[in-house]
Amino acid sequence: MAGNTEHRDLYKGAMIRPDLLLHPTPKGLYCPPGDFYIDPVRGAVDRAVVTHGHADHARAGHGAVLATPETLAIMDARYGEEFTISRQPVEYGETVEINGVTVWMSPAGHVLGSAQVVVEWKGLRMVCTGDYKRRRDPTCRQFEPVPDTHVFISEATFGLPVFKHPDTDGEIRKLLDSVAMFPERTHLVGVYALGKAQRVIKLLREAGYNETLYIHGALEKLCKLYEDHGIALGPLETATLETSERGAQERFRGKIVLGPPSSFHDKWGRRFPDPLPCFASGWMSVRQRAKQSGVELPLIISDHADWDELTDTVREVDPEELWITHGREDALVRWAELEGRKARPLRLVGYEDESID
Amino acid sequence: MQAFSDLLERLILTASRNTKIELMVNYFRQTPNPARGWTLAVLTGELDIPGVKGGSIRRLIEDRVDPELFRMSYDYVGDLAETVSLMWPGTRGANRIPPIDDVIEALLGATRAEGERLVAGWLDMLEPPQRWALIKMVTGGLRIGVSARLAKVALAEMGGVEPAEIEEIWHGLAPPYESLFDWLDGNAEKPSPDIKAPFRPVMLAHPLVTKDKRDDPDAVDPAMIDPDIFAAEWKYDGIRVQAVSERGVRRIYTRTGDDISHTFPDVLAAMEFEAAIDGELLIRAPNGEVAPFNELQQRLNRKTVTKKQMEARPAMIRAYDILVEGDEDLRTLPFSERRKRLETFVQKSSSERIDLSPLVPVTNLEALEAARNKPPAPEIEGLMLKRWDSVYQAGRPTGPWYKWKRDPFLIDAVMMYAQRGHGRRSSFYSDFTFGVWREGEDGDEITPVGKAYFGFTDEELKQLDKFVRENTIDRFGPVRSVKASKEKGLVLEVAFEGLQRSPRHKSGLAMRFPRINRIRWDKPSAEADRLETLEKMLPADPLSDKG
Repeated sequence: MAGNTEHRDLYKGAMIRPDLLLHPTPKGLYCPPGDFYIDPVRGAVDRAVVTHGHADHARAGHGAVLATPETLAIMDARYGEEFTISRQPVEYGETVEINGVTVWMSPAGHVLGSAQVVVEWKGLRMVCTGDYKRRRDPTCRQFEPVPDTHVFISEATFGLPVFKHPDTDGEIRKLLDSVAMFPERTHLVGVYALGKAQRVIKLLREAGYNETLYIHGALEKLCKLYEDHGIALGPLETATLETSERGAQERFRGKIVLGPPSSFHDKWGRRFPDPLPCFASGWMSVRQRAKQSGVELPLIISDHADWDELTDTVREVDPEELWITHGREDALVRWAELEGRKARPLRLVGYEDESID
Repeated sequence: MQAFSDLLERLILTASRNTKIELMVNYFRQTPNPARGWTLAVLTGELDIPGVKGGSIRRLIEDRVDPELFRMSYDYVGDLAETVSLMWPGTRGANRIPPIDDVIEALLGATRAEGERLVAGWLDMLEPPQRWALIKMVTGGLRIGVSARLAKVALAEMGGVEPAEIEEIWHGLAPPYESLFDWLDGNAEKPSPDIKAPFRPVMLAHPLVTKDKRDDPDAVDPAMIDPDIFAAEWKYDGIRVQAVSERGVRRIYTRTGDDISHTFPDVLAAMEFEAAIDGELLIRAPNGEVAPFNELQQRLNRKTVTKKQMEARPAMIRAYDILVEGDEDLRTLPFSERRKRLETFVQKSSSERIDLSPLVPVTNLEALEAARNKPPAPEIEGLMLKRWDSVYQAGRPTGPWYKWKRDPFLIDAVMMYAQRGHGRRSSFYSDFTFGVWREGEDGDEITPVGKAYFGFTDEELKQLDKFVRENTIDRFGPVRSVKASKEKGLVLEVAFEGLQRSPRHKSGLAMRFPRINRIRWDKPSAEADRLETLEKMLPADPLSDKG
């Protein structure tokens, strides 16, 4: 009897149940046979597999870190070279064995170096997307779905049907139109330092904007890192002022300044003449969110999949089972239920929303 | 619809009052009749599209998406129009935008079923921002931070006239206000609609600040508080109204000119006079005294009122001033004269539903201050000071009238539950339930006494939000229960205007206008106030003591 039950739990071609290969723990998603964590969220672990360089996924202090070379370079730039004892760079598509478990990376399209982690053992294939998006992004490799996935572990940052990001080029156009309409104001564009900043800059260049862009100091290192990886960002200058120079701030009139959104509320933000606060984020589709953060020009540009992209991706990958993590898990679970798909919310804590600050 | 939706979007994202006015003025200047008139009707809440209501929109969306996914989305977004506009399964690229006047004119002539069909058709065609504007428009209640008053201020600025001039004729005008805009454009005479029993713009008071308290150019010199200069009256806690009865037409207006006659037929029936009276609308308790505001609340915002409600809570007007008597406009007379006319007027009126607001003797500032904080009834909010020589002016002129509210009650309570705010605050825990200590079966326990949202700086809001997230012990839907023990808890200084007994509340008490005055990061939770302290603040029960 017991044997029969077990047999029914197994997916085609797999000799084990998914839980034995990966399961949620307070420290993050853990792989017992491989003895590693994917994007561990709490404290240092002996071995981490990291999907991408955002701080809530890539933390410093682990014994060993396996990630793409770009992600390792980003962690190095952010935390210094001692961020881990042992680095294991893995190119997209290259396979490695960790205690008999096969691990490889497939592009996630989220930021430079971002990857889906594919974990295989005893015929079972599980894919953890990390954060991902499906739209074109000139600063990173496009998302590539992994075929024959048994368990697809999807992020759900924008996992509500209200999140439908409009066409990105239109949002860039909105910014350029506003710059043309208010030539006396400084457009302060809130962007995350990793990924969003470089993507918005690159999109502005593609739209024909060739003037110098001014950036907050917090963006410099990562912009340079992107350029070193062959992503040309055009003329950039740090938005600093020689305080002795009277009227120096006048040179920012009609210009675009990019910085982390939180910087606009501190003293740094006050130097610009007649600033027009903008924010490039998927959250901007909810008007109340924009209002709450004092944004006058919301730009709906996201590095995450929106609702349609999340659900389309699940249909495309068509896994036996869907696991959902960090974000609005319940709505995606409900959707899966309506589609007749098996779904499970992981309720991992520690990943942040792409937050306002 | 495009210009209209752009205007709404910019208005909601703009915090500055002046910029809002500028945006409206620009829109009114650039948009032709009748589109701008319909927009004005939307902004001022004068447009009533029968049939299509919030419920219709809900039905439409629930026919198209899973109700459970809708509920989750609505819970997150917190605004029906925004949720529906984002979730609506539209056809991408089908964007054809009908002009606002076509939309409104079609809806006004439609039955409910037709109206819903029209709205659904437009929602299919539009993109989310225009869908949002359309839903806001048909369901009313914009909540975009623009009051009817602000829209009228913008109109006044556009035409270079005083807002009072617009308020005076407003009730005689109807959407799409072509005659109004023609006048403001300078292409026509001021419309003079024949309004019976019109609203007269109300005179308002500034809060009293005395020169010894603050270095304010408008502050009052305490020496001015002299019986020859100022009269004083109680400021009642009801709603300020203007009762007008002229040429057989009777109306009761709020101080912003909203007509609420239909809600108070009992008062209307008693208005056997030819005059315009300024006063406070109150409910009379069975013992003849003024009932607490809570009783009046039960009668407000009703489209119809039953006989039973009127018998249980009879309404009355306590008269403060008289603006017009017969054909005579008294507003240019000094208050001293108007007061005499008012006294005679109330004496002549035999109705028990209209009485006179008594004067409070004025000697000096100290005596008045004492009276202010010890009013004869708990339903008094403080004092009004009026210069004897003041004429009745529209608006809030500096100098002639002052309001001087009693000091609020203060207690230190402990935060018990936190809830995420709505709208602007939807990602912050900003609504708090707080409690005080009382003796329980196993020693001291905490009992909830009120709920208030926190309205100070964003910085403090963030700190509070952080405290809640770090001290959560349980969650019930959107509500978090936080640590509130003698060892750990956050003390909130709560200010409130009054206290009433309430069997519906666990503590037996209900606060009026509670608000969080200060966060007491420094105060140990064990030292917060006790229920006994609050019970001592309760007014004597008018029914048992005087009845």
